[in-house]
Amino acid sequence: MAPETHPLTGFKTLLYKELLRFWKVSFQTVAAPVLTAVLYLLIFSHVLDRHVTVYGNVPYTAFLVPGLVMMSVLQNAFANTSSSLIQSKITGSIVFVLLPPISYRAFYAAYVLAAIGRGLLVGVGVIVAALPFVDLPLAAPLWIAVFALAGGAILASFGIIAGIWADKFDQLAAFQNFLIMPLTMLSGVFYSIHSLPAVWQQVSHLNPFFYMIDGFRYGFFGQSDVSPWISLSVVSACFALLAGLTLNMLARGYKLRA
Amino acid sequence: MTAPAIAVSAVAKRYGAVQALGGVDLAVQRGEFFGLLGPNGAGKTTLISILAGLTRADAGTVAVMGHDVVSDYRAARLSLGVVPQELVFDPFFTVREALRMQSGYFGLARNDDWIDEILANLDLLHKADTNMRSLSGGMKRRVLVAQALVHRPPVIVLDEPTAGVDVELRQGLWTFVRKLNERGHTIVLTTHYLEEAETLCHRIAMLKAGRVVALDTTANLLQRFNTHALRVRLATPIGLDFLPGARDDGHGWVEIPFESYGEVEDILSRIRLTGGQVEEMVLGAPDLEKAFVGVMHGA
Ligand SMILES: Nc1ncnc2c1ncn2[C@@H]1O[C@H](COP(=O)(O)OP(=O)(O)O)[C@@H](O)[C@H]1O
Ligand SMILES: [Mg+2]
Repeated sequence: MAPETHPLTGFKTLLYKELLRFWKVSFQTVAAPVLTAVLYLLIFSHVLDRHVTVYGNVPYTAFLVPGLVMMSVLQNAFANTSSSLIQSKITGSIVFVLLPPISYRAFYAAYVLAAIGRGLLVGVGVIVAALPFVDLPLAAPLWIAVFALAGGAILASFGIIAGIWADKFDQLAAFQNFLIMPLTMLSGVFYSIHSLPAVWQQVSHLNPFFYMIDGFRYGFFGQSDVSPWISLSVVSACFALLAGLTLNMLARGYKLRA
Repeated sequence: MTAPAIAVSAVAKRYGAVQALGGVDLAVQRGEFFGLLGPNGAGKTTLISILAGLTRADAGTVAVMGHDVVSDYRAARLSLGVVPQELVFDPFFTVREALRMQSGYFGLARNDDWIDEILANLDLLHKADTNMRSLSGGMKRRVLVAQALVHRPPVIVLDEPTAGVDVELRQGLWTFVRKLNERGHTIVLTTHYLEEAETLCHRIAMLKAGRVVALDTTANLLQRFNTHALRVRLATPIGLDFLPGARDDGHGWVEIPFESYGEVEDILSRIRLTGGQVEEMVLGAPDLEKAFVGVMHGA
């Protein structure tokens, strides 16, 4: 009587559902953030392009684009997991994914991969929208992929933690406004930290977002504020830490199966 | 020996200062139609949540079809279908999408034949492509039942499925659930409508403040609480002290409890011999409501 079941199907379905969730409202979840990034690009490049070059020969607009792309990847990866979780917690529909025999690892992987999917989609959107304005070199594409995936995974994990922890939308908004936004803004999206006074350079080195963006940028220009290997080490350590923390929360059922 | 459908052993759960469950032991046999009754806050939903892995017990163990819900959660959850008490739904999907999604979560890639059968039985086929958002409360409740059944679980738990649902749906739902029970599914039901439990359930556990205060067959519970009653309205009030347990309700009606129908004739003739004249009369069958009140107050 019992039908044939396959554990991998549970994972695939959850991944599909998480992708479909943002895709069904892609106007808000993909188009809107692309537009925001393009507006940043237009305004900052208009104001600064003729006055600033970075790494000696890179025009400011070209320098800015990878930063904005990475910022979009990170923010949208975070937004996807956190808003999906808080929404389903508040509506109660989270029971539909808690009742089935989906392991916490599969649960984690599905949410993170879908969030990376949205982050990359927005990121690619920003690049495509920026191409008419800039010449973007591709010095080391593998680094681009590595940092985009790792950064997306870190913020997606962070979004799971925030989504599980928060009970209300405004607590999530606080996370976004007082942690994610400042850390991205102060990470060198809009400037090379070499243009900062020494003390602020030191402070920037404590910000993990700086390494994500700096490493990502290296993939385009072959130049960066610190070596991509250093950035990779920091980013990998961050990922290991956050993935471990998130998996631990999920395994214990923290708040979800309280 | 085969394991029972549900085995609950010494389960305790505390929420802050509230002892939601204080050491519950319970076994539901395979194929039973089992009622879990108790006033609001008794711990029914908490027990179901532990069974379903939505909540973890502080102490004790729970197994579904012999599978521990924590250590062997995969097999336990595959064996269990839960209709939650809250009317929850995912606003992103149509009815069919929601059911396909739920099938997928349970590891079933292709399940459309069975989905169609459930939809037909719950009279939902015409709503299959309607978005969940635009369904009425009763329709949403039916979808919740459907979602609990996608993986054909041998054990089905319904947490107050008829709360706030119209009579027609209630009847339809019970016909379907009965059919599932006849096909061999074990059914556990919590409800506030005691008549429902009385007509449907073979066996009943009554929960009060997190403890099982009665656990017996429905017939025995009804028997135990001696709940037949004769209600009479007399032309003129007379003292009825000679009838044990008689109660005057102050509005002209007197209620006299009895144990078997053979006593009714005797009661009526004693009233007549004492000069009483019966103008109206109602015979009350035993009902679970009285047993329930009896248990809750006695315990
Ligand atoms: N998540 C929770 N947090 C705090 N208290 C809870 C929670 N869930 C249930 N309770 C408390 O536990 C007790 C049992 O609740 P519940 O199992 O919902 O009862 P029932 O389903 O029988 O009405 C109640 O006192 C309730 O307030
Ligand atoms: Mg309840």
